[in-house]
Amino acid sequence: MTKLVARFGFVFALLLAVTLACPGTAFAKKLNVVTATTDLAALAQEVGGEKINVNSIAKGYQDPHFVEAKPSFLLQLRQADLLVVVGLQLEIGWLPPLITQSGNPRIQVGANGYFDASQFAEILEIPSGAITRAMGDVHPLGNPHYWLDPENGRRVAKGIVAKLGEMDAEDAAYFQQRYQDFARRLSEAEKNWDAQMKPFRGRKVVTYHNSLPNFAKQFGLEVVGFVEPRPGIPPTPSHTLDVINMMKRDGVKVIMVEPYFDRKTPDAIARETGGTVVEYLPSVGGVKDVNTYFQLFDYDIALLTKAFQ
Amino acid sequence: MKSLNCVVAFVFLAGAFALGQRTSASTSDTAALEQKIRDLEDRIITLEGQVRTMKSQAAPPAAAPPPSAPIVASPSQAAEGPTAPPAENLAAAPVSLGGAGGSAAKALNPDISMIGDFISVAGGNSVRPSPSFEMHESELGIQAIIDPYARGDVFLTFGEQGVGLEEGYITFTALPASFVAKVGKMRSAFGKVNTMHNHTLPWVDRPLVTQNLVGGEDGIDDAGVSIERIIPFPKGIFLSATGQVFRGDSGEGDELVFQSHSKSDLSTVAHLRAYKDLSESTNLDLGLSYARGHNELGSDFITSLYGVDATLRWKPLRRAIYHSFVARSEFIWSQRQQNPFEQRAFGLYASGEYQLKRRWFLGGRYDWSDRAREANLTDKGGSVIVTYWPSEFSQIRGQYRFTDYAGDHKANELLMQVLFSMGAHGAHPF
Repeated sequence: MTKLVARFGFVFALLLAVTLACPGTAFAKKLNVVTATTDLAALAQEVGGEKINVNSIAKGYQDPHFVEAKPSFLLQLRQADLLVVVGLQLEIGWLPPLITQSGNPRIQVGANGYFDASQFAEILEIPSGAITRAMGDVHPLGNPHYWLDPENGRRVAKGIVAKLGEMDAEDAAYFQQRYQDFARRLSEAEKNWDAQMKPFRGRKVVTYHNSLPNFAKQFGLEVVGFVEPRPGIPPTPSHTLDVINMMKRDGVKVIMVEPYFDRKTPDAIARETGGTVVEYLPSVGGVKDVNTYFQLFDYDIALLTKAFQ
Repeated sequence: MKSLNCVVAFVFLAGAFALGQRTSASTSDTAALEQKIRDLEDRIITLEGQVRTMKSQAAPPAAAPPPSAPIVASPSQAAEGPTAPPAENLAAAPVSLGGAGGSAAKALNPDISMIGDFISVAGGNSVRPSPSFEMHESELGIQAIIDPYARGDVFLTFGEQGVGLEEGYITFTALPASFVAKVGKMRSAFGKVNTMHNHTLPWVDRPLVTQNLVGGEDGIDDAGVSIERIIPFPKGIFLSATGQVFRGDSGEGDELVFQSHSKSDLSTVAHLRAYKDLSESTNLDLGLSYARGHNELGSDFITSLYGVDATLRWKPLRRAIYHSFVARSEFIWSQRQQNPFEQRAFGLYASGEYQLKRRWFLGGRYDWSDRAREANLTDKGGSVIVTYWPSEFSQIRGQYRFTDYAGDHKANELLMQVLFSMGAHGAHPF
């Protein structure tokens, strides 16, 4: 027994020694912010400026539903002062074990450094009534792809600003000023985007996954169908045929696809219907030159207006 | 929510009315009004968000106490004792253990999930026979965040007869110095396969080395205490160390590894893990494990296990849902004190799984293992596995398994498995 206790004590002492040897919480002046997706990172960067370090776990060209909970992310999370998540169970498949394993009390669910951005955004498609998995991979709390509405981007940025100001009171004015500037630039950009999309308001589109309700609402598009028969279920021949028939009947010409989905079915549908596949970007960083929240909409709207012409 | 909508409508109407009144209103007035409406809209959306959060949150809303609440305890309160500071968060949420009523109680229900595991086996096996059809296991998972400092996970496994506690532990997530501690019954951190639940395995069965040396299906699964910590290391290498102490009972019958005969017959497990991203899509995961405990022969008979595991994963991020590859191998050495001689046995498995398409996986496994009690007897085998995923929530798997048991007993079997998942099952660690 004593031997065993000694052995365990040894392991423990070793761990403790390592802990003490490495000054883990050497307080840097900058706040360490980790976000679940690149869009949130872009928004945090807009308002945080050079007073924060931002890292995103998911990449912009990655399906945010299916990120692997790699231990390398733990290295970022254990240093994080603030964790910003999309919420609405988008990250349910990978983020909870990372948070638990991080050993970082500051970012545990409910702690001060855990920030659910969805609570500041307008959420669409909140299911009412009973839902079952027969509907596919539905999100019971509403559609989590809300960041593709610039108004929601502004609201989330506003929420982040309040949080940053609370965590780093010294720089609160700096953050606030950056937010004001961001909001002003965003509303100018919005006018421009609205003007570009104006001729195409009311156009019908088909999307691969149901990730565009907020975008469609903001820019007056009508999403009339999905390549997926149900959220998260890969295309089936019969459903594809239905989509083709519907598109022919209603004269729908544009199919919007995220870069992480297989193009085979959308391309086949486009061939059958004489339509165009638009590989739009759901997130910042999806292609090399799209690194800010503004560039994301610039890129997508340029693609769309070209496809509609 | 209805009333909120009414407020919005009213604000808009009022705004429109005001605009109509002042036909000559300057543009700056309009802009100011627009800004005001926008601000009000934002406030309503924020309110909606708060309502949503309150409705959905499974955890006690310890996040942000309302600003009006006295955040700083008065001197008299502070004087009461050192336990006071964290309590104000809890005080904001009137949660009573097992006592809350109405819909509030429902919101705090833990995540409940059930995973069914049906196995059918065709073909003969004289050494380790399996039934033709079997509802092998139904795993009931109950998981929740307990309080701002801990989460709880309980997994009960229902066989066709009898119930077992596969795991049931509390994880302390808010310890100082980044320690993560678990207390309860858990699958120990010895290697990789030992930590995995049946439904997360890439095979229907477990490798021969698990059956011969590491306690069979349940493996080293015992009640005790575990501490884990990430060890800072340069060059983007993730290093973590785990130390565990258990009562000392694991496995049953022929597969028994550890048995405690007295309170002091504890078993220990230590694990060191190193992980590195080789590129965005490829990573390497290495582990060293050690376990020590007393075997069924008595307190003076020690069994020691040593393990090395390696996993190589590939998953291109842009096509993450369509293609992936995992290669994994574990080498395990067993040193078992028994009469008349100590037995030194070795075993390994090497496996690979490739994702062909979104729903199809093809895999193979090679098995080689001595037996712990008679190390001169060696079992060998190989498997080919095909898995089909109708959705994330069900799997159908076929496995052809050839086994060459010691003493020239050969077995050719076809295993079929259907796995199905209901409810909110928390994600498993990578």
